[in-house]
Amino acid sequence: MTVNVNYENQIANMQVEGRVDTTTAPDLEKEINAATEKAEVVNLDCSKLIYISSAGLRVLLSAHKAMAKKGGRFELTNVGEDIMEIFSITGFSRILNIK
Amino acid sequence: MDKLDILAKTENLDTVIDFVNQHLEGTGCPMKIQMQIDIAVEEIFVNIANYAYGSGEGPATVRVQTDDEGKMVDITFIDNGVPYDPLAKDDPDITLSAQDRQIGGLGIFMVKKSMDDVIYEYRDGHNILTLKKGLK
Repeated sequence: MTVNVNYENQIANMQVEGRVDTTTAPDLEKEINAATEKAEVVNLDCSKLIYISSAGLRVLLSAHKAMAKKGGRFELTNVGEDIMEIFSITGFSRILNIK
Repeated sequence: MDKLDILAKTENLDTVIDFVNQHLEGTGCPMKIQMQIDIAVEEIFVNIANYAYGSGEGPATVRVQTDDEGKMVDITFIDNGVPYDPLAKDDPDITLSAQDRQIGGLGIFMVKKSMDDVIYEYRDGHNILTLKKGLK
């Protein structure tokens, strides 16, 4: 898994590529935590995300809560069909801001 | 039938996933189903790694078997840890708002929802959990 982050004013544009699982979720968490602290809006591009287990879902939920708490926004973009189904099954599709 | 004996620790997750995927190769199973199976395998194996042997370490056996026509797979996890039925846990309430959603319980819930059948039994000192999934 790799994560890229670009900051543009108060917006963090992130892209995650590959598999977010028990082993790699802590790395994503570290990057997202840094972004949620610095930015007002965190955008996570999921076009290259091919796999996410509950360990990754936890990271997304924490990021969503962290941004909501500080009045910011955590958004997911370009979510593929298979990943979207995981969000639907777990109720995350109603909680997260998916564009 | 393929069988893998391995130490139940999260560092071995990739080995377990690769083992299962190797078996699925050649069945022509769609990527989406393979992803669902990988997720289920991860959730179950990580559960064993984290909880079966308390703070210690112990073994796990993973068995993969497809039927003759390659339409169905059975994946069985066996450990000698404390008796624990992950299916007995209440499902998380997925209708709650983000603020009220709890972090735990999601993994097993995903397994239940994405597999065709999940069977747990405790027999002769072993936790035996079997996932069943159609491959077409």
